[in-house]
Amino acid sequence: MYVLLMKRVLVQPDKWRMFFRQFPKELEKLGLQSLPIVIIISVFIGAIMTIQTKLNSSNPLLPTYTTGLVTRDTLLLEFSSTIMCLILAGKVGSNIASEIGTMRITEQIDALEIMGVNSANYLILPKIIAFVVMIPFLVIFSMALGLVGGYFVSLFTDVISTADYLTGIQYAFVPYYVFYSVVKSLIFAFIITSVASFYGYYAQGGALDVGKASTNAVVNGSILVLFFNLLVTSLMLG
Amino acid sequence: MIEVKNVDKSFDGNHVLKNVSAVFETGKTNMIIGQSGSGKTVLMKSIIGLHRIDNGRIEYDGRNLPDMRMKEIRILRREVGMLFQGSALFDSMSVLENVMYPLEMFSPTSKEEMKERAYFCLKHVNLEEKSFALAPSEISGGMQKRVAIARAIALQPKYLFCDEPNSGLDPKTSLVIDQLIHEITHIFGITTIINSHDMNSVMEIGENIIFIEKGEKAWQGNNKDIFHVHNKALNDFVFASELYKQVKKVNQ
Repeated sequence: MYVLLMKRVLVQPDKWRMFFRQFPKELEKLGLQSLPIVIIISVFIGAIMTIQTKLNSSNPLLPTYTTGLVTRDTLLLEFSSTIMCLILAGKVGSNIASEIGTMRITEQIDALEIMGVNSANYLILPKIIAFVVMIPFLVIFSMALGLVGGYFVSLFTDVISTADYLTGIQYAFVPYYVFYSVVKSLIFAFIITSVASFYGYYAQGGALDVGKASTNAVVNGSILVLFFNLLVTSLMLG
Repeated sequence: MIEVKNVDKSFDGNHVLKNVSAVFETGKTNMIIGQSGSGKTVLMKSIIGLHRIDNGRIEYDGRNLPDMRMKEIRILRREVGMLFQGSALFDSMSVLENVMYPLEMFSPTSKEEMKERAYFCLKHVNLEEKSFALAPSEISGGMQKRVAIARAIALQPKYLFCDEPNSGLDPKTSLVIDQLIHEITHIFGITTIINSHDMNSVMEIGENIIFIEKGEKAWQGNNKDIFHVHNKALNDFVFASELYKQVKKVNQ
């Protein structure tokens, strides 16, 4: 059923004008409205990661810049793409599933179908494209903010000196890690939006069932994100 | 004209429609009536194509719906307007945008002409201009129904379907909605099919009535004949309320 739905979604829109009217709204709703949570989580996790890394690497044999280096690579490789996408699977996934699910149970999707509109394409395609477009920016923004969080720790505490931290985050930088992270996030963005849309589109019953659809969207979206994380990592870094 | 011929429909072995045949005439308010669970909603959804039938033919002026491919069905549906039980207005759009939506999707006219048409439809259903910018959640149930009718007729449909148009409305507003549907049907020469179990509507506007009982067509006639039929199921349905029992007594 998921494949059949995607076959209806991934076609040329009935009217491009209507698509481009929906698209900026979705960019704002799914992308820009996710910024506050991305900012808060990234700064705090970056700070916490710096403190914990320092705690676990207080070996005199290790160079002093290790903390900055480990924090940076953890952010680049895993946190800003996978963990951030898991968090966004909750926010964006439940938003999409409940919106489309409500449209289904209030017969708004039937109304679109009766008009002769490809409802799946009209409702889902702008969401998928908007989130896929926004996710690289969110991921890169999260990386930068995570590093800023660690910088705050070096600035306002005695855990690590600012010089050691700044040396660490610049030491042995591998640009490919950013590329790898962005590629992963593009796949995750497609999974999150398409799985949530699937559960919303086929919701049946009443308000309770929309809630269930929303939960299923988040849970299954998250599991698929983890599965594809393993797959893409073994392909790109293995 | 819509012709339904020997239609069967079942869900998981439960035979909901059994060999139903009926003719829905152009320019008339055709009504499908029956008790809850009789199969009238399934019949209407089958006619529209929201349910795929097991057997039979559903002909829109000779075009058989079950034979059509999805693309052809979509084209046919541009000739169809539908009024849903819960109005099904788009929450994210204003009243005016709801009515303009089908025009923007399918009409080749300019934006100004679309707006003119939407204004015409909204005024035709007696909505005041001050409500055009409001969201559906900001207007009453009766007004929502009127917006839904305006949206349904925006593309000048040949076929209009109304699913329980009076549900949730007070008797006075119900009468207004009934008369509006009746008037639109006659003025624009539409084939209208109304799914209802409201006897007031049946008596008010039922020009061609199909009574469905346990998935079968049990009777077909008009609102003048309905009181004089010797069909127990139909009599039980018609004379369920005290009012119509009194009407029967007076008639006798």
